[in-house]
This record gives sequence, structure tokens and C-alpha cells, in this order.
Amino acid sequence: MAADTRRESDVSRESDAGRGSAAGGAARGAESRELGPLPLPAASRFRPFLGLLVPVALVLVWHVAVATGVFAAHQLPAPLRVAETLYGLAASGELWGHVAITLQRVVLGAGLGIGVGILFGTATGLSRAASDLLDPLLQSLKNIPSLAWVPLFLLWFGIGESAKVLLIAVGAFFPVYLNLSTGIAAVDEELLEVAEVYDLDRAESLRRVVFPAALPSLLVGIRGGVGLAWMFVVAAELIAASQGIGFLLSDGRTLARPDIIVGSILLFAFLGNCSDVAVKEVKNRVVGR
Amino acid sequence: MSSDADADAPSSEAAAASSDPVLAVDGLRKRYDDTVALDGVDLAVADGEFVAVVGPSGCGKSTLLRVLSGLEAEFGGRVAVDGTDVRDGGSDAVGMVFQEPRLLDWADVRENVAVGLPADVDPDSPGARERVDDLIETVGLGGFAESRPDELSGGMAQRVSLARGLAYDPSVLLLDEPFSALDRLTKADQQDHLLNVWEARGTTIVLVTHDVEEAVYLADRVVVLGGQPGTVESVVDVDIDRPRERADAELVALRREVTAALGR
Repeated sequence: MAADTRRESDVSRESDAGRGSAAGGAARGAESRELGPLPLPAASRFRPFLGLLVPVALVLVWHVAVATGVFAAHQLPAPLRVAETLYGLAASGELWGHVAITLQRVVLGAGLGIGVGILFGTATGLSRAASDLLDPLLQSLKNIPSLAWVPLFLLWFGIGESAKVLLIAVGAFFPVYLNLSTGIAAVDEELLEVAEVYDLDRAESLRRVVFPAALPSLLVGIRGGVGLAWMFVVAAELIAASQGIGFLLSDGRTLARPDIIVGSILLFAFLGNCSDVAVKEVKNRVVGR
Repeated sequence: MSSDADADAPSSEAAAASSDPVLAVDGLRKRYDDTVALDGVDLAVADGEFVAVVGPSGCGKSTLLRVLSGLEAEFGGRVAVDGTDVRDGGSDAVGMVFQEPRLLDWADVRENVAVGLPADVDPDSPGARERVDDLIETVGLGGFAESRPDELSGGMAQRVSLARGLAYDPSVLLLDEPFSALDRLTKADQQDHLLNVWEARGTTIVLVTHDVEEAVYLADRVVVLGGQPGTVESVVDVDIDRPRERADAELVALRREVTAALGR
């Protein structure tokens, strides 16, 4: 009997997933649907769009505020002006060069930082000695603000790409390192005992128990790391770059073009958000099954 | 070597211990820092026997199983499985079902059971897969091989844990209060289920429990641990044919005997 009810709930879970609602919504949906035959209100389908209401309202307020002269146009351009500028940059092809180089820096820097973070996080998570040796240092280094690294990195690596990529890697490293290290060290002692009783050797117990158990922590770290990579790319590009969205941003200031400044900020917001959603999606696929 | 064990063993189990015991515990002493958990525990379990160990909380029941399963490397006395000391690999021949199912959340039932396969069996080989699926069938979870632990009820999860223990084809299967978290009805089902598996496979079983009714209903022999530090207070033989009736007068009488031995 217990088996049958289980199967039923599985079926309802599957059909929920098929509707493509958000993971949290699916779980709640399964519960509320068991209460009665009433279909879910259609409103839930529009829920993702609710989040757009406030930004749209803000843009309207912004437009009205500029049009009525609350803000001077040389301080805050109208939303349409920003859109026009971005469109112009895109049409001339200039924008894509900036976007491409920024994306390249973020991808390389985040990749490097995540890779090294996985290395150090695994070492300190597994080995008490490695943790005692490295963790205090890394814990204090993580508190250094991104901008503080910039002069040193310029001095060491020049104003070329490597300085920027390395700076971004520093940013992406810490969340990955911290989360993975804690995640591995916090793997349930009870599961490790299972591995011991069933004589899994060290490598097997890592592969089958420790790493899968720490995977959610790693993904949380990667999400944080990618977020910080975007913070650090701005720092890198604001100070020493001849291309990239950060350069566009500072160029807008030099040229006294607030439309370019606001446009660049919106670009950062958009791209950062896209990468965050992508990482979150991967995380949900891997962990939230 | 084994004759020493016989001499120390309580007389009531002389028959069981006359052949080489699968599991031999002689003068086991276990201390945690300043606390002595077990002091001079003797136990011999014959091949295919079902032994229940009962005792009040804190008498060292679980400690005993931890020693038997090789989770505790430091102890005094001798503990051997199939004649090999548990510190020298004897614990390899032991399967363990913990109080909690302790399953890997991210892995399906098949993968969880495969964790119990011996180290020299490649879990991806067709033979291993067949063995795992066979075990899943044995514990009554046919059709759930691809389910994840969070899709199973508590009783089902505990049966996955049982299948994992059997995957090892252990000389001795240890169970640490495996049904204590289950409701009464599920518990009775799971107990009968365990008996079926035991009868079908002839696995030697040592079950630790605080439930006297469970011990007497299931076991050939009930070992009463007690005292602080824990020692064997008495051993009660349950010479009642199976299938047993839980309300059987003889069984109830034995239950009283065990309860009395527990000092309750």
C-alpha cells in the first residue's frame, strides 16, 4: 500500500515538472493539488513576470522625472536615450567588441579562479594539515577588497590581459575555495562510516561519497565566484583597459556622456544576471532533482 | 583457540559454540577516554544463527556493534569473524545496518545497494548489476531500483540499507536497532521481512535492540547486556519453532524472563 501511494506522488511530481514551473513551485504544486481536484489558478503562470512590474514602473518614473526636468539631462539621460545609445553602439559594431572582451576576461578569470579554488578547497577539506597551513592565510586574504589588488597586479603583470584575468581569478577563487573546503569537511560522519564498513578505499570513498556530498557546496561557491568575477572585471577595466564594458563606462565619464554610463551599467546588470541564471540552472539540474 | 572461547561461554550456548563460531568475542573491553563502555564481554555466534542483543540505553550495545564492524580500532580482548581478528581485516566479512538508513541522497536505490558490494566486484559489471537487482527484489523493493531515497518511506529506506548489507554477502550481518524509528505496524512488517530474508539466505545475524518483544520474537538466542560498564548479564535461548506467534504463551514467558534479566 505504501508502495502505491509513493508511485502516485511520483507521477504527480513528474507532471508538475513537465509543466515547466519553477522547482519550488512544483513542490508546492504537488502538495496543494493533493488537497482537491481544483486546478491551480492560472495566476501562477504569470508569477515569473511579476518581478518585471517594479522595474518597468521604475523606468516609467525615470522617464517622467527626466521629461519634467526633475533630473537634468546631462546628469541622467532619458531611458529612450540610453536605449538609442546602446542601439547605436550595437549597430556600429563597437558594442560587440567591448562585450566580447569583457566576457572573455570573465570566462577566463572565473575559470582559473574556480579551478584553483577547487584545488585548494579539496586539499584543505580533505587534509587537516593542509587546512591548518593554508586556511588562516586564505581566510584573511579574502577580506582584501578587489580594488586594493589593482595597483599591485598592474605593477606585477603590466596592463595587459593577464593582470585583468588574474584579478578576476582572485575574485572567483574565494567563494569556491570557502564553500568547497567547508562542504568537504562537513560531509556527514555517518556516511563516512558507511564507506568504512563497506571497505571503500580512499579513492572510492571520495568518488562515491565525499565529492557527491560536497557537490552542492561547490555549486554554491561557483555561483558566488561568478558573481564576484563580474565585480572584479569592473575594477580591472575601470582602471586599465582600452576595451571592455568597464572601459566604456569610464569612457562615458570622460566624455561626459551619462547615456553611455547608464547603458554600460545596464549591460553589466544584464550579463551578470544572465550568467547567474545560467549557473543557477546548472545547479538546480545537478542538485535539485 | 576456539576451545578457550567455549570454556568461557555460558553453558546454555555450548551446543551452538561447539562448531567453530562465525563470530567470536572474548573478554572484550572498550573504553572511551575515562569511560569504560564494555568490560569483559564474551559472545560466540554460530553459522546461520540469529542472535539478539538487548540492554538498556548506555549499556554499550551500539559500541559492541561498532567494534564488531571494525569502526573502533582500539579495544581490549579478542574479536574475530571467521577466525580473523576484526583489526586484521576480519571486519571485512561483516555487513552493517545502522539505526538510520544512511543512504546516499543523490544516488538511486541501485547505486546505494552497490555501495555494499565487495571491493573486488566491479559495480558496473553485468554480474554485479544482476546481484544488486536480485537483492532489491529480495528486500521487496522491485520496481524501485531507480528511485531516490527521498522518494522512499522510512521502512523502505531501511530495507535498502538491509540490501546494501546483504550485497556484501557477509559472514555476519549486524543490525543496530534498525526498526526503532518505525511505527508499530511497519515495524512488525519489517521484522517478518527480515526473518524471511534470513531464512532464505541463511545469513548469520546479530541484532541489537532495546525492544524485548522484538528480540524474543526474532532471535534464536537473546543476549542481555547490562551494567555500567556493560557485560553479558544473561543469555536466554528461544527454542520456539517458526513461524512464531507474537502472543504465544511461551514467547510471552520468555519476554518476562528477558525483562527480568534486564532488571526492569
